[in-house]
Amino acid sequence: MSKKLVSMTINGKKVEEAVEPRTLLIHFLRENLNLTGAHIGCETSHCGACTVDIDGKSVKSCTHLAVQCEGADILTVEGLAKNGVLSAVQEGFHMEHGLQCGFCTPGMLVRSYRLLQENPNPTEAEIRAGISGNLCRCTGYQNIVKAVQYAAKKLQETAQA
Amino acid sequence: MIPPEFDYHAPTTLSDAIALLDQLGDDAKILAGGHSLLPMMKLRFAEPAHLVDLNLIPQLRGIREEDGLIKIGAMTVENDILDSALLKEKASLLPKAVKWIADPQVRNRGTIGGDIAHGDPANDHPAIAMALDATFVLHGPGGERKVKAVDFFHGTYMTDMAANEIMTEIQFAPLAGNTGCAYVKLKRKTGDWATAAAAVVLQMANGKVSMVRIGLTNVADTAIRATKAEELLLGKELNEETLREVVSAVAEACNPAEDLRGDIEYKTAMAGEMTKRALLDAASQIS
Repeated sequence: MSKKLVSMTINGKKVEEAVEPRTLLIHFLRENLNLTGAHIGCETSHCGACTVDIDGKSVKSCTHLAVQCEGADILTVEGLAKNGVLSAVQEGFHMEHGLQCGFCTPGMLVRSYRLLQENPNPTEAEIRAGISGNLCRCTGYQNIVKAVQYAAKKLQETAQA
Repeated sequence: MIPPEFDYHAPTTLSDAIALLDQLGDDAKILAGGHSLLPMMKLRFAEPAHLVDLNLIPQLRGIREEDGLIKIGAMTVENDILDSALLKEKASLLPKAVKWIADPQVRNRGTIGGDIAHGDPANDHPAIAMALDATFVLHGPGGERKVKAVDFFHGTYMTDMAANEIMTEIQFAPLAGNTGCAYVKLKRKTGDWATAAAAVVLQMANGKVSMVRIGLTNVADTAIRATKAEELLLGKELNEETLREVVSAVAEACNPAEDLRGDIEYKTAMAGEMTKRALLDAASQIS
């Protein structure tokens, strides 16, 4: 099958490559671009370890074709920190011990980032619903929720300052 | 898991998409949100030679009220249904139910038309559409035709839609004031299909049922409407006795497949229980 040329912006950088139509976005990110932050977990759109932002919406990149990303603006976990400074969600996961093995963490971070863009002051229930598409097999979610709460507080303080 | 090879087409108009499907025939599949089709392709349950992506056709998205009907573009994603002010006001069954479909990421991609046209009895929209007495608009080379939700599903993964047709719209009358509605779904976890679920639209007059529609998810080879249960409810109060009769009428209508979610007896019992809960929830909204 002939390859198709796609161009998109990933973490602020223009990318143009020829891909097979069947190439999933997660494989394109990891194998073509060496962006191995987003993980391949269940491959059936349940676990959320592959979550990235496409045009400001959380999407599971294991169930999305790279060719569908023509012209898209994509954010992966690698794009969260700015100039070597961790983003609020990353700092939250660090401070509140929001990870153990770390496999789900890239997806959790990107999803939490987007959740706080959509709802800057979520209740605990809203956080749990907001990350319900991301599975963690270690933490029991308690510290992940605290990490998101930490980030929400930090973002609000920064916005006020 | 990587899907088998295929050619990708992304038409930007409905007529181009129909022409492509007509030309490619059975070798082509429509790509909507992809959250059913791509997993099936990874498992080689589906191996289409061509995918026709409908995501670049803007006219297939959106929710509006026109000529006394609510019209939802088939490519409207679940999260847009969840957030729709129009639907919250005039057809709250949909946003209420969509909350129980998949998860936030999947709802950003999954579409109402894809959920219906896939023909999976485990999908939620078919039973909801039946409870709303919805009509599906299909476009093919010969133009437009309309099919009622109750007539659309022929069997598991089999629908009234031809290979060269595209579902463009879901239409239904807005719910009148003082109508109760509920979608009650039993599932094991977020993102799972229903063990059983019931969609109910209900009106009462003087304490008695004056109109009711019940759609059931994942308890037969298609979504079904529990017409016997609806008939016996008309003119009756919602008391223990009538609810018991409803549960047995629902059980008679059910023919679930046994799987890891439960055996036939359990799923049948749960279909009755979900219907009962949905009726009581809907009734509690009526003043």
